[in-house]
Amino acid sequence: MLDHAAHKALVAAVGTENVISDPVQLRSYECDGLTGFRQIPSLVVLPRATEQVAQAVRACHRHHVPFVARGAGTGLSGGAMPVADGVVISLQRMRDVLDIDPVDRRAVLQPGVTNLDITTAAATHGLYYAPDPSSQQVCTIGGNIAENSGGAHCLKYGFTTNHVLSMTVVLPDGETVTLGSDSDEQLGPDLRGVVIGSEGTLGIVCDITVRLLRVPETVRTLLADFPSVTAAGEVVSDLIAAGIIPAAVEMMDNLAIQAAEKAVGAGYTLTTPAALVVELDGPEAECTAQFDEVRAICERHGCTRLHIAGTAAERAKIWKGRKAAFAAVGRISPDYIVQDGVVPRTRLAEVLNRIEDMGRDAGLRVANVFHAGDGNLHPLVLFDDDAGELERAEELSTDIAELCVELGGSLSGEHGIGTDKACSMPRMFGEADLSTMDRVRTAFDPQHLCNPGKLLPTPRLCGEQPGRYRPHPLEEAGVIERL
Amino acid sequence: MTDSSFDATNPPSRELLNDCVHCGFCLPTCPTYQLWGEEMDSPRGRIYLMDLAERGEIELEGAFTEHIDACLGCMACVTSCPSGVQYDRLLEATRPQVERHVPRARSDRWFRNGIFALFPYRRRLRAAAIGGALYQKLGLPALAARVLPPRLRAVQALMPSVRIRSAFASLPRRIRPTGTPRKRVALLSGCVQDVFFHEVNTATQRVLAAEGCEVLTPRDQGCCGALGLHAGREHHAREQAKQTIATFEKLPVDNIVVNVAGCGSSLKEYGHLLADDPQWRERAKAFSAKVRDVTELLAELEPQAERHRVEAKVAYHDACHLGHAQGIREQPRSVLRTVPGIELVDLPEAELCCGSAGVYNMLNPEPAEELGERKARNVRTVAPELLVTANPGCLLQLQRFLDDVPMLHPVQVIDASIQGRLPTEARMTE
Repeated sequence: MLDHAAHKALVAAVGTENVISDPVQLRSYECDGLTGFRQIPSLVVLPRATEQVAQAVRACHRHHVPFVARGAGTGLSGGAMPVADGVVISLQRMRDVLDIDPVDRRAVLQPGVTNLDITTAAATHGLYYAPDPSSQQVCTIGGNIAENSGGAHCLKYGFTTNHVLSMTVVLPDGETVTLGSDSDEQLGPDLRGVVIGSEGTLGIVCDITVRLLRVPETVRTLLADFPSVTAAGEVVSDLIAAGIIPAAVEMMDNLAIQAAEKAVGAGYTLTTPAALVVELDGPEAECTAQFDEVRAICERHGCTRLHIAGTAAERAKIWKGRKAAFAAVGRISPDYIVQDGVVPRTRLAEVLNRIEDMGRDAGLRVANVFHAGDGNLHPLVLFDDDAGELERAEELSTDIAELCVELGGSLSGEHGIGTDKACSMPRMFGEADLSTMDRVRTAFDPQHLCNPGKLLPTPRLCGEQPGRYRPHPLEEAGVIERL
Repeated sequence: MTDSSFDATNPPSRELLNDCVHCGFCLPTCPTYQLWGEEMDSPRGRIYLMDLAERGEIELEGAFTEHIDACLGCMACVTSCPSGVQYDRLLEATRPQVERHVPRARSDRWFRNGIFALFPYRRRLRAAAIGGALYQKLGLPALAARVLPPRLRAVQALMPSVRIRSAFASLPRRIRPTGTPRKRVALLSGCVQDVFFHEVNTATQRVLAAEGCEVLTPRDQGCCGALGLHAGREHHAREQAKQTIATFEKLPVDNIVVNVAGCGSSLKEYGHLLADDPQWRERAKAFSAKVRDVTELLAELEPQAERHRVEAKVAYHDACHLGHAQGIREQPRSVLRTVPGIELVDLPEAELCCGSAGVYNMLNPEPAEELGERKARNVRTVAPELLVTANPGCLLQLQRFLDDVPMLHPVQVIDASIQGRLPTEARMTE
C-alpha cells in the first residue's frame, strides 16, 4: 500500500481523473503480455503530458515509491509487470503524433503512439517508419524504445536504435533531459543509445523524434515451401553468402503454419514441414535481378512450392499470417510461452533439431516462427496450464534460451529480458559485465525505483519462484496463515 | 478455490475465457480503449475481469459491471483477434449475469425499462413519433438541449425528423417478382426501421422484386429481440425470438431477408440463443440458416434489373453488426459497385464504431457522442457526396453529427439507380 502522502502527491501530479485506484480495476494491470508473472500495483496513473510524467516521477522519487512505465502492455518478457507497492505510469493517454516533417523525413511522437500509426501518419508523404515488430498495430514507440524492438525487416534496416534521433527522457529523479539530436551526426557519448533497450530501467521516454524512410519503389514477396527446416535454413545461409540482403527472411515450421493459416487464411501449405517468406525491396531492376537469384537458390534446396505474391493485398495477407502467428498459436494450444533467442545463422538447423529433441523429452510441442535472416528464433512452447504443464513449459522455454547462449548466440533477440530472463543473465554475462551494467543503472537511478527487479538479476528475484500464487508449505500445514 | 461469482445459468465458459492469450491485438480497434486508454475498458481487460469473476476473485457489483456496461458490443475485437476469441459469446453470457445479480440505481432502472418498453414496439414508437413531430414543430429541441439531463438529451437529439405519413404507412404483404421468379423471400420489417425509415423497407421490397424475388412481409411480426439480446435482457430476447420464428417458419420461403445489421446479427444467433431449449433448438437453427442481410442476398444474385448511372462519390460506413458481427464487408460494396458512375470510398478508422451500438448511445451518451464526432471527422476527410450504411442505428447517430451529408441505406441507392433517379431524391418521392 502507498502511504497517504505519496498517494496525495501522485493524484496532485496528474489529477484525479487520471488515477486508477479501485482494487478491481487495478487487477487488469497486474500483468503485460506475459501473463505468468503478476503483481497488483498500488496505483495506476495515466499522465496526459510530459510535464505530468515528470511530476509523477518526482512524487515517486520524493516518497521513495517504485514505478513502472507501461505502454500497450504487449511485452513478452514481463518488462511492464508492476512491482509490489509500486505505481504503474501508463502512457496510454499520450498517443498523439506531434509532427511529421516530410522534408527532413522526421516524425515527432508521444510515447503511446503505436508503431503502425507512425507509418499511417507518414504514408501521405510516401514515407514510413522501418522497424516493424509483429505486434506493430498495437505496440507503442515508447515500448519499442524500451526493448530496442526489431521486426521482420530489421535484417536490412536495423533496429529501433537505428531510427530514433532524439528523445525527451524523464529521469528517475523527475528531471527532464533531451538525449540525442535531430541531426544524423551525434557528438559525445551516445546516452540515447544507452537508454534505448534499457527496458524502462533508466527513465521514462516522452517526446520522441524518429527517422522516416521513403517507401521503396518495388517490393517482391515470395512464399517457398521446403521438405525440412534444415533445407530452409540452408537457403537462408546461401542467400546471405550470395551477397543478397533481403528486406526480410522469415521461417515458419509446420505447427506455426497451421496456426497462422487457421487465423488468417493466407494460402500457406498446411502440410509442408517448413516455409520461408522472402521479401526484396528497392529499385525495380535490382529487385528483379536478385529475385531470380533467390528463386534459383530455393530450387537448388528442393523447394516444393514457390508462390509469388501477385498483388499488394496478397502480400499483405502473407505478412498478416506471419505477424499473427504468435497469437494464432492460441488456436492450436490452450496456453503457450513465446521464447526469443538468437543463434549464429550457421547453427540454425542444429538448434532446431536440438529444440525438437528437448520438446520430445519434456513431452511438449514446440512451434517455431522466426526471423531467419538474423538467426532470431521464436520457439513457442505449447502447454495446458489446467493440466499442470506450466512449470514444465517454463523450464523447457528457459532451457531453449540458455541453449542459444551455449551455441554462441544471445538470450534475447528483441523481446527483452524483463522479469522472465533476469535470472538467466549470468549464463551470458560474467560478474564484471553485470556489475558494470548495474553501475550504469545506479548512475541514472541511485534509489533503484525505476522498474526495479527487471533486466538485471537480483538475489531476491532469482531465489523465488514467480508465477501464480501457490500456498507456502507451512500455510498448507496450517502453521501460518495469510492475512 | 473460491466459487465463481457467476451463477450456473450459462456463465462465460472457462474454455472460451482461456482462448484469450492477452496479446493486446484488440486494443487499437476497441472504441472505449481508443477513448480512455484504460486497460479495464479494453476487450483484453474485460476478458481478464470476466476471468477473475469466474474464479471468484472479484464480485460482479461495482467496477466489473461498470466496465461490462461501458462495452459497446461492436465486436471489432472479434475481427482483430488472431486467437479467435469469441468475445461476442463471452459478452452475451456475461450481460444477463449482470442483469440478474447487480441491482441498478432507481433512475437507471427506470430509464432502461423505459427504453425497452418503447423501442421494440412499433405501435408505441408510432405514438412517440406523433409526439416527436409535434415536439419538433413547436421548436422544443432547442429548449430540451438546455434543460434535460444527458441521457434524455441524447434520446431527443437522436430523434429523426419524423414524417407522420411514413411512420404509419404499412407495407404490402406480398410483392410479385419482375420476370421469372428466382427466389421467394420473407422480409423482416423491423421496429425502428419501419417507423423511422419506412422508405428503406419499401425500397428493399422494390429492389428484391426487380431482382426476381417474390417478397412476403408478414404483418404479425414483432420485435426480433436484438436490442434485448445485446443488452443482456435474455428473457425478452428469447420470447421475441420464439415469436419471430413462429411467424416466419410458416412461410414457404427460401430466405428471410433483413435490412437492419443489428437485427440480422441476432436472427443469425437464434440457434445459439435457444440451444438449451429442446422445443425450439432445431426450429431456431433452421430459421437462422435462412437469414440473409439484403446486401448478402443481392450479392448472391446476378443483377437482372438495369442500373442507371449515378454520378456520386459514395462513402460506405461498415455497421459493426454487419462487418464485425456477421463478417459482411465485401457484399454491400460489390452491390453498390453494380451501379455505374459510383465512386466508392472507404473511411479512415473504418473498424471503429460510430457510437450508436443499439441502445448504447442512450445509456452512455458521453462516450457515444465522442465516437460520433470522431466518425463524423473521419467521414469529412473523404468528402463524400453521399454516406451509405446498412443500419438505422448508425443513420440516427450519424445524422446527429453530420447534418450536411445526405445518408442512405445501400438498398435505397440501388432502388434509385434501377428507377433512374438521383438517390437523394429517393425520400422525396415516398
